[in-house]
Amino acid sequence: MQLKKSWIMTLALTSVLALSACGNGGGNKTGGNAAATNEGSGGAKISGSILASGSTALQPLVELVAENFMDKNAGVDIQVQGGGSGTGLTQVAEKQVDIGNSDVFAEEKLKDKDAEKAAALVDHQVAVVAIATVTHPDAGVNSLTKQQLLDIFTGKITNWKEVGGADQKIQIINRPGSSGTRATYESYALGTKTEDIPGSIQEDSSGTVKKMIGETPGAIGYLALSYLDDSIKTLSLDGVEASVDNVISGKYPVWAYEHMYTNGEPNETVKAFLDFFLTDEVQTGEVVELGYIPAVKMQVTRDVAGNVTAK
Amino acid sequence: MRVKLKNSRIEKHHIEDFVGRTYMSFCVLLLITIIVSMVYFVASKGISTFTSGDVSVSDFLFGTKWSPEADTPSFGAFPFIAGSFLVTLLAALIASPLSLCAALFMTEIVPGWGKKLLQPVIELLAGIPSVVYGFIGLSVIVPFLRNNLPGQGIGVAAGALVLSVMILPTITSVAADALASLPQNLKESSYALGATRWQTISRVIIPTTFPAIMTGIVLGMARAFGEALAVQMVIGNAPFVPKSLFESASTLTSVITLGMGNTTMGSAHNNALWSMALVLMLMTFVFVFFVRLLERRNKI
Repeated sequence: MQLKKSWIMTLALTSVLALSACGNGGGNKTGGNAAATNEGSGGAKISGSILASGSTALQPLVELVAENFMDKNAGVDIQVQGGGSGTGLTQVAEKQVDIGNSDVFAEEKLKDKDAEKAAALVDHQVAVVAIATVTHPDAGVNSLTKQQLLDIFTGKITNWKEVGGADQKIQIINRPGSSGTRATYESYALGTKTEDIPGSIQEDSSGTVKKMIGETPGAIGYLALSYLDDSIKTLSLDGVEASVDNVISGKYPVWAYEHMYTNGEPNETVKAFLDFFLTDEVQTGEVVELGYIPAVKMQVTRDVAGNVTAK
Repeated sequence: MRVKLKNSRIEKHHIEDFVGRTYMSFCVLLLITIIVSMVYFVASKGISTFTSGDVSVSDFLFGTKWSPEADTPSFGAFPFIAGSFLVTLLAALIASPLSLCAALFMTEIVPGWGKKLLQPVIELLAGIPSVVYGFIGLSVIVPFLRNNLPGQGIGVAAGALVLSVMILPTITSVAADALASLPQNLKESSYALGATRWQTISRVIIPTTFPAIMTGIVLGMARAFGEALAVQMVIGNAPFVPKSLFESASTLTSVITLGMGNTTMGSAHNNALWSMALVLMLMTFVFVFFVRLLERRNKI
């Protein structure tokens, strides 16, 4: 019995040591372990592991495509983590992960002293997300102009009747200042950065934002197209309806790329995975299925500075 | 033969002793290293806001303007510090009397079935994940406040209500333990003098266990101060000092959880969030200090 106990102790001790060693191995992870190997002469078989982290908005898509990719390539192991766009960009810039997912251009987050970090990153745009202005169904407004939206979000207009709606106080449901969705909305729907006004509500999760707009009388906010349904009212912007077709043709301006950044040119395994994202199978399959807009279908492109050009 | 056996037994005993001791020292050292490095990590990251020269400590602690992403950013964290203290104090005010009554009910009024009924319920409350509290707050408390009180339901009052339910188990269990460990003869002497149950509870039991009950309350407040998710869902997160209990406000934790993932490491915004984490950690130290102080008074 006594002997058994000491054995258990030693076992426990070694397992703790083994575990902590594992932890270390994980912590020191670099892009290097995604080593690709070429086998056979017929089709190139790829293998290795890929670690992606970042944007929670992009996470479900990457997870679904990764599963599909792993089914096709048995030797590949892909792990997808959330954490937010900032986390993804930080980790890929420091080579802790192979792919950093982001809702915004790296140059927008890695500024000033970090600008050279952004320069080392290679952008892969895999999908587009469009954002629509939404209100509580009883607000009584169908369309707003850019200027009206700006006046609402800066607190100049505080009642729906001032823009032709019901006599009801406007309740702003905003995103936190660091949110990529907010940055996109401010750039392309309002035209400028705005400051928070007292009494506004800030939520980060789209599900919560939708629930609140549906339940709070007079609420206004913004959501990705995939979240729209009958519990909330979707507004047009300057008369242009927020629809997939209008985004693709470039008529509706409030959209952003979903980026997957690699540090330098990707190795073979990562490249194969990113290329797979742009195949028709994924672009018309998982991308559409989850409510994103295919990047390959876009008839316009946009650069970091926001300049839109026809493709 | 016999001597040899005895020797080996002594050896076994020594080995066991050695293994046990090594394992324990290893664990203790690991624990100390983890705690020290965590404190060092948070402190070094939190201080970088001030050492980089952009923000002074007083601007940070007492500044009321928070706009980290603006072209000329300002990092005043006072609204969040005020919000944290406000919801914590309100939650403690709501939860303490309820907890004390529950503890008295369990230990003094009906120790039999009352304890059997209440104890599991309170343990259950402690085990519910905070996201569930947040969701219940959003689905039940917020609409209730919106329909019956001014404002949109979201705000300090909703946050304090959600928190008060979350800290009920902490205060109740500490208070119940203290009441149960009270020497029986104290109560018996009180009854022997002709005191009623109410007199015994209010004049003998509560005063003697007061420091222990306070310990429970401080522990509950520490939990409320550090709670993030549930509060973030119902408080509204506007970076302003609220003018009423039904207005949107922020706590330190809600701002950290909303911003941390979306900012890049080393940016001024990210550093400011770490400074808030440092404030939270220092506050935890203060709470622990108070608990220790109360524990010292606790010895009757």
